[in-house]
Amino acid sequence: MSTASARTPKLGVQAATKVYQTGSGDLLALDRCSLDVQPNEIVSIVGPSGCGKTTLLWSMSGLHRLTGGAILLDGNEITGPRPEIGIVFQEANLLPWRNLDANINFPFEIKGEKPDRAWIAHLLHRVGLDGFGGKFPRELSGGMQQRAAIVRALALKPSVLLMDEPFGALDSFTREEMNHLVEEIWLDTKTTIVFITHSIEEAIFLSDRVVVLTTRPGRVAKIYDVPFARPRSLEIMATKEVFDLTNRIKMDIVGERRPQAKEQPEHKSAEIVRIRP
Amino acid sequence: MSGGDAIPEFSKAKSGGDGQDVSLTNLSAFASGPGIKSGAEVAAILAVAVVIIGGIELALRLFHVPQYIMPPPSSIVYALFDEFPLIAPHLGYTLVELISGFAIGAVVGLVMAAVITQFPFAEKIVAPYILILVTTPMLALVPLLILRFGFGYTPRIIAVALAAGPMVMINAATGFRRVDSAKIALARSYGASTLQIFWKIRAPMALPMILVGLMIGAIFGLLTAVGAEMVGGGFGLGNRLTSYSSMIQMPQFFAVVLILSTLGILIYVLFFLIGKKWASWET
Repeated sequence: MSTASARTPKLGVQAATKVYQTGSGDLLALDRCSLDVQPNEIVSIVGPSGCGKTTLLWSMSGLHRLTGGAILLDGNEITGPRPEIGIVFQEANLLPWRNLDANINFPFEIKGEKPDRAWIAHLLHRVGLDGFGGKFPRELSGGMQQRAAIVRALALKPSVLLMDEPFGALDSFTREEMNHLVEEIWLDTKTTIVFITHSIEEAIFLSDRVVVLTTRPGRVAKIYDVPFARPRSLEIMATKEVFDLTNRIKMDIVGERRPQAKEQPEHKSAEIVRIRP
Repeated sequence: MSGGDAIPEFSKAKSGGDGQDVSLTNLSAFASGPGIKSGAEVAAILAVAVVIIGGIELALRLFHVPQYIMPPPSSIVYALFDEFPLIAPHLGYTLVELISGFAIGAVVGLVMAAVITQFPFAEKIVAPYILILVTTPMLALVPLLILRFGFGYTPRIIAVALAAGPMVMINAATGFRRVDSAKIALARSYGASTLQIFWKIRAPMALPMILVGLMIGAIFGLLTAVGAEMVGGGFGLGNRLTSYSSMIQMPQFFAVVLILSTLGILIYVLFFLIGKKWASWET
């Protein structure tokens, strides 16, 4: 699908700035945030809570318009939702009045297209949900719901998969299972993945690069390469490299929080109110 | 849209999606209503009913309570079968009023709820009037309607529509207002139009509340139909009630009451079954 040259990033975030208008004043969520995601790359975004991770992801998806800057998909500016971009939301976000089959058909219904049955069957098999098509979301565990949501996001064969803290509500065992599943799917499809998470371990395990955002307003603080071959096993998590990397990222995030008070006057002139939602 | 985006926030969406912030008293009654399991349970339920009804029968006969105060159950049942051919046409009239009035009221109520919830400002303007419509007993308007439209079907159907419509509307509006930003974002991420978002997200999410509104509207409609029939005009179950009581034909009077409560139960069961089929995902 991608005809862009190897130089063009899959997703180019260029000085992305987002201001929310709230009842108590404007809220600067993203401040000139820049980042390139290469084709077939898995990039995780971590940062203190409320740092604008989700805002960045929603802007990449075209669901939110940026106040300033631009986000490019294959070199073209994203101005609205795009079929090449699939999203996996927090909490699965399945429609409770539809069974799994109908949930997975939902994107096709909206687009007025015929669902690609063979591809969907392949995906359902891949995530281990064969034979669950007639079940309703409430009849499935949290992990199974999120698997179904992944199938729904991949059903339209997107070239970019945006995942917004998809496994935050799952227990740690299910989470590890899901992380393996994401890697398997990536090995299968080579879809570019942008993954938002609170868990540094999850970010390191999954990603080629881990991006650390600053406290609000979100800006890229650091980017770490994670040079492990795939498929990865959980054993890499016990290596010294991973241990050191985890600690450095943790320090980046925790250290970020401390000088916050000093940093504040800088933005006072811009009349920015900091509140946490 | 540029600055108007809402901050992505999921705790709200979550409760909206699971319906925890909406009181669905009636629908949870639908969903968790006790299912009858065994023959023994059926026998016990029947036994209690026999004891209660038999006890009333016995007490009324034992203490020689006159029929014009309270007829025994047996004579009510007898009157029901004996008089039914005479009552049946009146049941028909009442049903015509109820069904046509309810249909008009429900359609208008649903459309208004759907339109008004799309425009929050319009909703603020209209809200007090809706409240007045909901709280005013429409029965009070019946004498006026009779003056204007005579003693036929028309004033009664209007009264039923006026009673049912606001009930449907206020409940449906509550349903349509249950915005789940995550589900709407999902639809929008696939490029859904406003109309698609309405039919594929908002309407199904509102359905449980719409059903509650339809059920309450239908019950209020029945109430108003019977009340309107009691006020004036020569037909309908309400007219039978005034006529039988004025002639002190109490078994016949109670037979009509029995028919009315059966109607009410049927309305409940109808919406119970619809709810079970189409809205059981919400529990």
